[in-house]
Amino acid sequence: MSTSSESKHPALADHFIDLKQQYDSAQLGMWSFLLTEVMMFGGLFMCYIVARSQFLEAFVDASHHLSIGLGGFNTIVLIVSSLTMAMAVHSASEGHQKKTFKFLLGTLFLGAVFLGVKYIEYSAKIEHNNIPGDNFEWHGVANPANVELFFGLYFVMTGLHAAHMIIGGGLLIWLMVLNHKGRFSKEFSTPVELVGLYWHFVDIVWIFLFPLLYLIGRHSA
Amino acid sequence: MSNDTSSPKVNYLNNDYSIKSWLLTVDHKRIAILYLIAISFFFLVGGLMAVLFRFELATPQGDLVSAETYNKLFTMHGMVMVFFFLIPSVPAVLGNFLLPLMIGAKDVAFPRLNLASWYIYMLGGTLTIFAAISGGIDTGWTFYTPYSSTYANTAVVTAGIAVFITGFSSILTGLNFLVTIHKLRAPGLTWSRLPLFVWAHYATSIIMLLGTPVLAITVALLAVERGLGFGIFDPNLGGDPVLFQHLFWFYSHPAVYIMILPSMGVISEIVAAFCRKRVFGYTFVAASSLAIAVIGFFVWGHHLFLSSQSVFAGMVFSFLSYIVAVPSAIKVFNWTATMFRGSISWETPMLYVLGFIGLFSIGGLTGLFLANLAVDVHLHDTYFVVAHFHYVMVGGVIMGYMGGLHYYWPKITGRMYNEFWAKISFLLIFVGFNLTFLPQFVLGQLGMPRRYYFYDAEWQTLNVLSSAGASVLGIGYLLPVIYFLYSLKNGKIASQNPWGAKGLEWEVADTPPDPHNFHEIPVVTEEAYAYAKEAH
Ligand SMILES: [Cu+2]
Repeated sequence: MSTSSESKHPALADHFIDLKQQYDSAQLGMWSFLLTEVMMFGGLFMCYIVARSQFLEAFVDASHHLSIGLGGFNTIVLIVSSLTMAMAVHSASEGHQKKTFKFLLGTLFLGAVFLGVKYIEYSAKIEHNNIPGDNFEWHGVANPANVELFFGLYFVMTGLHAAHMIIGGGLLIWLMVLNHKGRFSKEFSTPVELVGLYWHFVDIVWIFLFPLLYLIGRHSA
Repeated sequence: MSNDTSSPKVNYLNNDYSIKSWLLTVDHKRIAILYLIAISFFFLVGGLMAVLFRFELATPQGDLVSAETYNKLFTMHGMVMVFFFLIPSVPAVLGNFLLPLMIGAKDVAFPRLNLASWYIYMLGGTLTIFAAISGGIDTGWTFYTPYSSTYANTAVVTAGIAVFITGFSSILTGLNFLVTIHKLRAPGLTWSRLPLFVWAHYATSIIMLLGTPVLAITVALLAVERGLGFGIFDPNLGGDPVLFQHLFWFYSHPAVYIMILPSMGVISEIVAAFCRKRVFGYTFVAASSLAIAVIGFFVWGHHLFLSSQSVFAGMVFSFLSYIVAVPSAIKVFNWTATMFRGSISWETPMLYVLGFIGLFSIGGLTGLFLANLAVDVHLHDTYFVVAHFHYVMVGGVIMGYMGGLHYYWPKITGRMYNEFWAKISFLLIFVGFNLTFLPQFVLGQLGMPRRYYFYDAEWQTLNVLSSAGASVLGIGYLLPVIYFLYSLKNGKIASQNPWGAKGLEWEVADTPPDPHNFHEIPVVTEEAYAYAKEAH
């Protein structure tokens, strides 16, 4: 009854009827996963909003001590990396192996730049004892306990985001291996597309984190 | 399709006996068995803890265990039962086994993720056992801050990580079900022809996907606060303990529906098969599952009536908590209407249906007491609450789970269980359960607070009744272990469709099923539960 058994695509798993069903399932699976990610970051964002509305002054004060220059630079880096990722998805679906490699490598590089800048930012915080805990120091006007809460949320939110970036980097390397083996073609490039969705999502999270942590409330002080 | 008994057909159980073929299987049916074994183990662990503290409560003074040990016992009991038994029970065992069979698919959409979910579950379970051994945990399964984040001297972080990890096994199961139901249905199996079991699991998977990540981030924040001193929930560090309660119950109230909805799906299947009738009001039963999933996300505040929540918020949450009872009631009425003028047969699965309807109704209706703002002030944190949610979770969820296990046992193993002992066991469970928890309604109304290891002497009679009931209940749960295991070798060989039930899983797939479920992909041409046609 399986008419296509002779021409079965090597990427088609046994329990799917055809590549289209497999592709549709993978797409829906990835979108559902991203939905869980939205809920996870959503809970965190809500904590931030509640805390910020309670201790507005301290949050504005602390927010001034984040570097808009570095944060803004990183925002641009991520937006460009989303572009290269989209190009990688496109060239993989066209079956251009070399181009795909270049764009994946470019995306990986930009991701590494982002994490490098994040490292510089974190080091500065560590130097100034802005890490919540027993050694926390604050010399601004606002209540140190509330500023500590800001930095706690800052580290958890950007830390969770950075963890997603690192996982994304691993996924990019995995894609480069598959690409090297010549697995992607016009008929099948689903993994690149799915990692692309993931990468854009992680990018979008930063697009919310940056204004929330660095920008809002700046004009009022 | 003749039944050749001399040479048993290849099925998912006898196609490969090696240990590796079990531990590395991607077959949804074998993964269901792996889950069944693991879940039964955790049910035993959680149950033994309950037996221990019910013994302690047989006398008003604390004499069997210390107060600290008592706190650890009820915490571990709640944590193990909720996260390692009730939440995965029906979906991970029966859902895993049956969903692909019911919709005419060869497997779930992502078989390897399915296996991963079991390993994640086992990792979380191992960590929980480790937490129990290395100091235990005494915060209550609710992990309320700031006690859990600042004051408790127990293995809170380990337990928190365990819950965090286990959440991902639940997410993977939900994700698999959602995609499987959307994309892998056999030709002709439209949404309006889906068995209600599938509808129930669809609604459940939505809650798993939307709710679990919030719990994950909440316990992660708790662990960060406790481990690193970032004060998000501790008022001393500028945080807000009520925020924790909001986040926790945003998941943990809908989690009740993760537990009960799949059981309701089982009940729909059994009631149709044993009344030989299409489920009355099919569309309403299907839609009520979705309604529960949606409304269930907007009632969490009924856990915070006494936690400095505003009166206005309390009124809104109270109102919504009443509303969420409506779709549950629709199901109960429709099952009852299905039985009306059905030709009912009284095998064990049907007894569990009756048990479910009766006990879940009591559990649901007493929930309305607690959803009432003024009444809740009196009943909050008393044994009334304990009795209420045990009627829903044990009286509801486990009744459905047990009913489903009996109903599908021939499908899963190819053997019949012993009907006589199964009925005895049901009787013990039903009587033991009511004896355990009915007195607790009275105790709660009289004002006995929950979570104390001693109490006023005047409450001893009711407590002794409850402890006696727990012993009967314990024996009731042990019996199936014996007769199910016994049936594996000695049970009567099951025929292809021992209950004469409708559905692809009974009518088309072999008993026990082929490793690939179907020899060829079935085409569906009729609605679910088309029993009426036989009567013509
Ligand atoms: Cu609730």
